[in-house]
Amino acid sequence: MNLDFSPEDIAFRDEVRAFIAENYPAGLRERQEEGEEMAKEDFLSWHRVLAKKGWVNPAWPSQYGGPGWSATQRYIWSEECARADTVPILPFGINMVGPVIYTFGTPEQKAKFLPPTLSGDIWWCQGYSEPGAGSDLAGLSTKAERITGDDGKEYYLVNGQKTWTTLAQHADWIFCLVRTDPAAKKQEGISFLLIDMKTPGITVRPIITLGGEHEVNEVWLENVKVPVENRIYEENKGWTCAKFLLAHERSGIAGVARSKRGIERIRAMASTELADGGEALLKDPFFKRKVAELEIDLTALEFTELRTLASESAGKGPGPESSVLKIKGTEIQQRITELALEAAGHYGAPYFRGFPTDGDNAHPIGPDYAHRTAPTYFNVRKTSIYGGSNEIQRNIIAKMVLGL
Amino acid sequence: MDFNFTEEQSMLRDTVASFLQDKYDFETRRKIVASEAGWRPDYWKAFAEELGILGAPFSEELGGLGGGAVENMIVMEEFGKALVVEPYLGTVVIGGGFLKHSGYAGAADLIGKIIGGEAILAFAYAEPQARYTWQDLKTTAKKDGSGWTLNGHKAVVVGAPWATHLVVTARTGGGQRDTQGVSVFLVDKNAKGVVTRDYPTVDGLRASEVFFENVSLPADALIGQEGAGLPLVQKVIDEATAAIGAEAVGVLRKLHEGTLDYAKQRKQFGAAIASFQVLQHRMVDMFINVEQSVSMTYMANIKLDESDDERAKAVSAAKVQIGRACKFVGQNAIQIHGGMGMTDELAIGHYFKRATMIEGLFGSVDHHLRRYEALSIDKAA
Repeated sequence: MNLDFSPEDIAFRDEVRAFIAENYPAGLRERQEEGEEMAKEDFLSWHRVLAKKGWVNPAWPSQYGGPGWSATQRYIWSEECARADTVPILPFGINMVGPVIYTFGTPEQKAKFLPPTLSGDIWWCQGYSEPGAGSDLAGLSTKAERITGDDGKEYYLVNGQKTWTTLAQHADWIFCLVRTDPAAKKQEGISFLLIDMKTPGITVRPIITLGGEHEVNEVWLENVKVPVENRIYEENKGWTCAKFLLAHERSGIAGVARSKRGIERIRAMASTELADGGEALLKDPFFKRKVAELEIDLTALEFTELRTLASESAGKGPGPESSVLKIKGTEIQQRITELALEAAGHYGAPYFRGFPTDGDNAHPIGPDYAHRTAPTYFNVRKTSIYGGSNEIQRNIIAKMVLGL
Repeated sequence: MDFNFTEEQSMLRDTVASFLQDKYDFETRRKIVASEAGWRPDYWKAFAEELGILGAPFSEELGGLGGGAVENMIVMEEFGKALVVEPYLGTVVIGGGFLKHSGYAGAADLIGKIIGGEAILAFAYAEPQARYTWQDLKTTAKKDGSGWTLNGHKAVVVGAPWATHLVVTARTGGGQRDTQGVSVFLVDKNAKGVVTRDYPTVDGLRASEVFFENVSLPADALIGQEGAGLPLVQKVIDEATAAIGAEAVGVLRKLHEGTLDYAKQRKQFGAAIASFQVLQHRMVDMFINVEQSVSMTYMANIKLDESDDERAKAVSAAKVQIGRACKFVGQNAIQIHGGMGMTDELAIGHYFKRATMIEGLFGSVDHHLRRYEALSIDKAA
C-alpha cells in the first residue's frame, strides 16, 4: 500500500502536461476558468485534438481505441486536465453510449458508431428522462411499434417526448429508452434505440434554466421511423443497457480533480476579497473553517475514488458503490459554488449575459472572478438531481449494497 | 500507487481475526472487562507467542515481522471489531513508536521485551490543566546529578494499571506552554515515588491518575533529546491517531452491520423497519461515513512517513472525518436500535461507547480542524 508514482508515471505526467500546454488554446482556458458557457465548436475543438492523439477515451479498452492507461495514469490525466482548466469532454458519447455499444452492440454497430463517436463526428445526446419519468425512469412511456416500411424493411415507429436533454440543440444522434412492450412489467418492456436527429418527426425545443443558460431541451418524437438495426442489444432488454450506462455515468461523476481546482479558485478569491474586519476573507475564522471542511471532505472522496479505481483495475467493473461517489462528489461541487458566491460578496449580483453593451471598459463592474459565481451556483444545483437524484442513489445503495 | 495489501498483510489480518473470533466474542469480552484485572495476560502472551503480532511493526533485525504503519492499521482494525481492551496501542504503537524514532540506547532490548510480551507500556502525556496542547506541562524533571527528579500529575493514563513502564512527557526547561523544554522519559512503574490511582473507563478500559513524587530517574531514562522532545511527541501521537482511526473503522463497521441486521429483523407496523425509506437513507449515510473513514484511515497511515507538516495535515484531516463518523454512526446506531440500543445487554451500546471515546482521543474534531487550517490555509496565506 503506497501513494508513490513510479518513474514511468512521472514521465507520463510530464508528457501529458506538456501536450496540454502545447495544444490547449489559451482562449478556451480563460473562458473555462471563468465558468463561461461554451459553444459547440469550443467543445469539439478540444475533443478533436484529443481524438487525434488517441487520448479522448481514457477508460475504453484498447481494442476499441482506448489508450490502455492504468488507473494511476487515468488519475494523473484527470488531475492534469483540471490543472489546465481544459474544456471537459462531454460524457454522452465517450462515457455513456460508447461503452454501451462496445459492450452490447453487434460488430456492425461497433464499426458504424464507435469511430465517429471517438472522432467527434457524432455528437450524442441522451434520451432518458420524460415528463412523467424522472426518478421513476422505468415508468417511461415513449412508444416504439414495429412496422414494415414502404421499402419492405423493418422499422420502429417512435412517438413520445423526452426532456432535460442536454445540448440536444447540437446533437447528431440521440440514444433513447423506448417502450416496445406496453404489456410487460415496466423494466421488461424497454428497448435501447439509436436515432438520427435528422429523421423527420423530431423537434427540439429549448428549456432555459436558472442561470439563464440554454443547456437542456425538450425533444419531441412524432412518428419517427427508426431502422430496427439501430436497436442495441435485444428487444425489451434495454433496461440492462440503461443500468450499465448509469453505473458508468456515476463513476466519472465524482469530479475530484475539478473540485480541487474549484477550491484553489475559492482560495484565490478569498485571498483578494476582504472580510468584515478588513483582513483577507480567507483569514476569517468562519469562512476558513468552511474551506477546510470542504478540503477534508474532498480528500476523503478522493481516496474513496482511488480505492474504487483500484478494485476496478482488479477486474471489477463500476458497481453500485459508485453511487457513493455520485452523492459525495455532487455535494462537494455544490458546496464549492456556494462558497464562491459567498466569497464574491456584492459582485455576485450583476448579471452579465450579453454584457457589456456600452463598451465602457474604464468603469469595470466588479472582478472577473465574480461574474459567473451566481449563475454557476444556480446551474450546479442540477448535479444532485441528474444522473439519478441523490435520493435515488441512496435507494440504490440501500438495495444493492446494504441488502435492505 | 497501490491500495492492495500484500499476502503477508492479508495473513496477518486473518490470523488476528480468527483468534478473536474464537476467543474474543462479546460475552468473553464482557467477562474480561468485569474481571478484577480487567484484561487477559494469557491472551497477551498468546499475542506474543502464538500470533507473533506484538512484533508486527518492528524490523526483522529486532525480532519483529518487518512491517510498519499498515500492519498496525490491520491489527487495530481487527481489535476494533472485537473491542479488544489489551494495550496494543500503548505498548506497540506508542511505546514502540518512541523507541523506534528516538535513537534510544536501550531500544533494541526493550523492543525485544515488547515483542516477547514481557514489557507493557502506557503513555502518560495528558495533564489535568491541559487539553490537546501536548507541551502544556506542569510535570517537571529536574537535573539531579547524572539523572533527574520527576514530579507531577498525569491524567487518565490508559493501560497504566497493567503497565511495566510509563512513557512520560515532562518539562526540563522553559515555561508551562513553551514548545522548547519538553522531554520524554521512560519510567519504571515500580520506581519509588510513582503513585497510581486506578479506575475503569466508560468504554471498558482501565486507566490511572499517576502522581510522581520525587521519583529518581537514571540518566538513561531520557528518550530522545533533552528539551527538544516535542516533535517526537507529535510524530508518535500522529501515529497513534492514525492507529485509532483504524480501530474506529473496525468499531464503525460493527455499528453499521449490527444496525443493518437489527433493522432487517425488527418488525413494526407489520413490516421490517429496514423497509422504511427514512431509515434506509439514514443507514446509507452511515455507510458513506464508514467508507469515507476507511479511505481517510488508509490515507493517513500511508502518509505517516512524509514531512512533519504533510503528516500532520493528513492525520488531522483523517481525524476530523473519523471523529464525525464516530458521532454520526454511533448515535444513529443507537437510534435505529430504539429501546434495545439503550440496554447494556446488547453489544451495540458498547461499540458506541468506544466510538465516543475515540472521537475525543488525541484531539477533538475542532482541535484537528484548527490544526488542519493552520497547516493548509494559514501557512499558504
